[in-house]
Formats: sequence, C-alpha cells, structure tokens
Amino acid sequence: MPLRRVQTVINHTLAAVVSLIMFIPVYLVIVNSLKTKAEASAMGAGLPTLLQWENFAIVIERGKLVTAFGNSVLYAVGATLIGTTVAALAAYVLSRNRTRFNRFVYFFLIMGIAMPTNFVTLMKVMQMTHLINTQLGIILLYAASSIPFSVFLIYAFIGTIPRELDEAAIIDGCNPFRLFFSVIYPLLTPVLVTAGVLNLLGIWNEFLLPLYYLNSSAYWPMTLAVYNFFGQFQADWSLVSADIVLTILPVIVIYLFAQRFILAGMTAGSVKG
Amino acid sequence: MRSRAYPFYFAGGALALYLLFYVLPSVMGFYYAFTDWNSYSSEVNFIGLENFKLIFSAGAGQNYMHFVRNTVIFTVATILLKTAIALGLAVLLTNGIRHLAYFHRVVMYLPAVLPMLVVSLVFKSILNPATGLLNTFLRSVGLDFMAQRWLVDVNWALPSVIGVDTWRGIGYIMVILIAGLQAIPKDFYEAAAIDGASAFASFRRITLPLMMPVLTVTTVLNLLYGLKVFDIVFVLTNGGPGRATDTVYTAIFDEFSKGRYGVATTLSTLLFLIMIILGYFVIRLMHREAEE
Repeated sequence: MPLRRVQTVINHTLAAVVSLIMFIPVYLVIVNSLKTKAEASAMGAGLPTLLQWENFAIVIERGKLVTAFGNSVLYAVGATLIGTTVAALAAYVLSRNRTRFNRFVYFFLIMGIAMPTNFVTLMKVMQMTHLINTQLGIILLYAASSIPFSVFLIYAFIGTIPRELDEAAIIDGCNPFRLFFSVIYPLLTPVLVTAGVLNLLGIWNEFLLPLYYLNSSAYWPMTLAVYNFFGQFQADWSLVSADIVLTILPVIVIYLFAQRFILAGMTAGSVKG
Repeated sequence: MRSRAYPFYFAGGALALYLLFYVLPSVMGFYYAFTDWNSYSSEVNFIGLENFKLIFSAGAGQNYMHFVRNTVIFTVATILLKTAIALGLAVLLTNGIRHLAYFHRVVMYLPAVLPMLVVSLVFKSILNPATGLLNTFLRSVGLDFMAQRWLVDVNWALPSVIGVDTWRGIGYIMVILIAGLQAIPKDFYEAAAIDGASAFASFRRITLPLMMPVLTVTTVLNLLYGLKVFDIVFVLTNGGPGRATDTVYTAIFDEFSKGRYGVATTLSTLLFLIMIILGYFVIRLMHREAEE
C-alpha cells in the first residue's frame, strides 16, 4: 500500500510539472504585459513591481487594435458561417444520396485535408477574380480552407440521423429546403458547434493568408497586427506582451467555454466509437 | 425520389469555393511549373524542365535537396517525439491519476489553441541565449554547460525548432490518444492483473496492440503537418541562421518573395504530388475508421 501511495505522488508531481511547462508561455506574456519596458526586457518570470495597466491602452492605440479586432471578428465569424453552412449542405446531400458519383465528390472534397496550398498560383487566382486585398476575398479564402475538414466531420454525423425523419417530412409535403433547414439542421447543432468553434479558432490564429493577400494595414487582423507590432517594438517586450494578451484572450475564453466541443472534434474520425 | 429530396446543387457552394481556391491553383501549378514566370517580366515563357533540373541538381546556387532533408528530419523527429511523449502522458492521465486528470488535460491541450505566431514569438524570447528564461534557469541550477545558443547556433537551430513544435503538438496528440485509451475495456487489464502481469507487460501486450489504429492516425496527422510546416519556422528562425532551418515551404516562400514564381510553383507542385499520394491513403484510412 505505501508503495502505491508513493507511485501516486510521483504521478501527480509529473502531471503538475508537465502542466506547468505547458502553461509557461501564457504566464510569461501575462506578467510581462504588466511590467515597465526595462523590467520586461528579459521577458523574465518574475512578478511586476508596479502594475502597468497603461501598456494595454498604449498598444490598443498604437497597434490600431480596435480596427484589427473588428477585422478578426469579421473574418472569423464571416468565414465560419459561410464555410460551415455550405459544408453542412454538401455533407447532407452527399451522405444521404450515396451514388457512385456522390461518393467520388465526397472523397474529392475531403482530399483537401491533405492538399497543400499553392500560394503562388493562388495569388494569380485572387488577382483574376479581383479578390486580392479585399475583405470579401479573405473571408471566402478562409471559408474555402475550412470546407474539407467540416465536410468530413458533418458527413460522419449525418450518418447517425435516422432516415425515417426525412421520409416522414417528405410525406408531410416538405420541399428539400424545408426538410434540411427545419428538420435536419437543428439536429446537427452539436457537430455544427464543434466544426464552428474549431474553424473560428483556426481562422483567428492564422496570419499567413492576410500576410500574402492583404496589403493595406486597415484590413489586418489581430495576429498580423501583433506580427507587425513585434517588428516595430522588438525591444519592448512589455508592449508586445500586452498585444499578445489581447490577441489570445478571446481564444482562451472560447477554449475554456467550448473545450468539450473542441476535444470532441479533435478525436472524431481518429477513434472509432 | 432520392435525387429530388437531396438535390445535388446543395453541394454547389462548397464545391465552387473548393474548386476556385484549392483545385484551380493546384492545377495551374502544373502549367506554371514549366515556365519562367517571374516578377521582373510580364512575359511567361515555356522553358520545359528547367525548373525541375534546377531543383534536383545539387549545388546550383541553392541546395534544394538540403531543404528537403531538413523537412524530412523535422517530420520524423516530431512524429517520434510527439508520439512517445503524448502516449506516456495519455497513459499517465488515464490510468496514473484520477483526481485533476481532466484539469491537466485542458491545460496540456492549451498550446494547440494558441496562435502559432504567438507561440513562436514567446519562444524566441525564452530561447534567447543571453537573457532567455531557459538559459537563465539552466544557469541558476548550475547546468551552465547545457545553456546553448539555441536558435542562433547552426547546429542547435533545427533541434530547437523541433523542440518548440513538439511542445506545441503534444497536447493535441495526447487528447486523441486518451480517447483511444478510454475505448479499451477495463476488463482486459483486470484479467491481466489476476494472471500476474506486470504494468509493463500489460502495456506491451494490451495497450500497444489495441492502440495501433489510433497511433496510425496520429502518425499520419503528424506526417501531413510536418511536410507542410511553415509558420513556426518562419517566425522562429526564418530559415536561418544561414539556411540551416529552411524547409520546403519556407524555401517556396523565399522564392516567392524574390519574385521567382516559376521555381516557387515547381516546388509547390512537387509537394502537392507527394501530399496527394499520401492524402489518398490517409483519406481511405480515416474513412475506414469513421465507417466502422
């Protein structure tokens, strides 16, 4: 019995140490965001002597974070709504009507999970469609990038909804639109939330597409604002930290509220059951 | 009746976006890979296999095979490290401790939801040779000899990038593995314990074989990620020092920013071919898992 207790103590210590290591970067940016420039120069782990709340006011003003925040919300929410909706519609007909052709279309769509983006020729496509350096362009790009994984998640889920529901609705005279939006769509809520949250976080965290395809700083999202701010104020880790805290705060809040859905989505398709 | 109740045009929106922004650029890549497309001239000329020759001939200014080598090292190292550590932690959080297990899982997954940009920036400061937290810590506990010049040392840069990426990826892989472990019936372990099997024996004889399908999936996910790695390298070292940490994707970006679109596209297209072949097997695998 004592041996088992020792083992338990070791296990708990090990888990605590690993969790601590995983939390260090978040801790670092939080404490350093409240330090003076001199105190934060080494990005040390010590606590600030005097809380410098004005760091946040400074970065919001100089980093133009109000605009950047609005842009991030616009891109993440817009692309998630468009991407998840078209993915749900596609997954629905492809899952319900499994002809040879539809199965091919399904595989063709989820192939995108593995496909790398050719940024060079995508630039050409963006120019041809006049979507380069536009907010609509970036929203459509993000929506497109979320489609393969969303289709994969939702397709599997639709398989679990009984077909008898569809048949009853059709007998009652539902047309395809009413059948989908009034009967099926509400039942998809759990998987739509999972896909939606994953897409939302993914888009919020991304910075490559804006870096390539948005030139004007008025359109930049939070991540690109951080990147640019880091370039300007590299020596001032207190301001960079404050900027980072404001960028990751929404991510952490969403994560804590929706971790059940996130962890569900991450394991879907990887583990049967 | 089927096709009337489930009209194909419902898939139109997803297909249109996917074709325009995924498939079209990739198909165009096959054409431009055979041209001298660049930012200095508006003319695009057909030059046959010149770009491919440039990429496959070693020592022609840029050593492209060196970037491929870095990418392979990065991919193999992160697969092994993430899988081994994540499996250990998954077992610890499933069988090792009961209290706080869920709390630890939430904390350990946290790095996966943080922006790659933020992770890379913070680690840039942690790994600073003079003032960084890691070296400060090593010196304070008397391990001065272990304090390296991490990201700025030619020999340590790639291992450092691999280390940071492993840190970020462990939680994600661990969560998938935990779900796999929870699906193993408890009776198996009880029966093994009654037969007098040691903890190690039941890990080897029960856990590992039953986890094989899940481990295959995580390996594939790590593989797809590793071959496409870009942002973590881009922010941590931008391929440096020298070109010690350049990978295929950072080399593409480099060619792209120098205006050599033809070469960049050729590299992209080669990567595309490899990923599509891998992707075909992955999709079949994932599909089988989901169907069963």
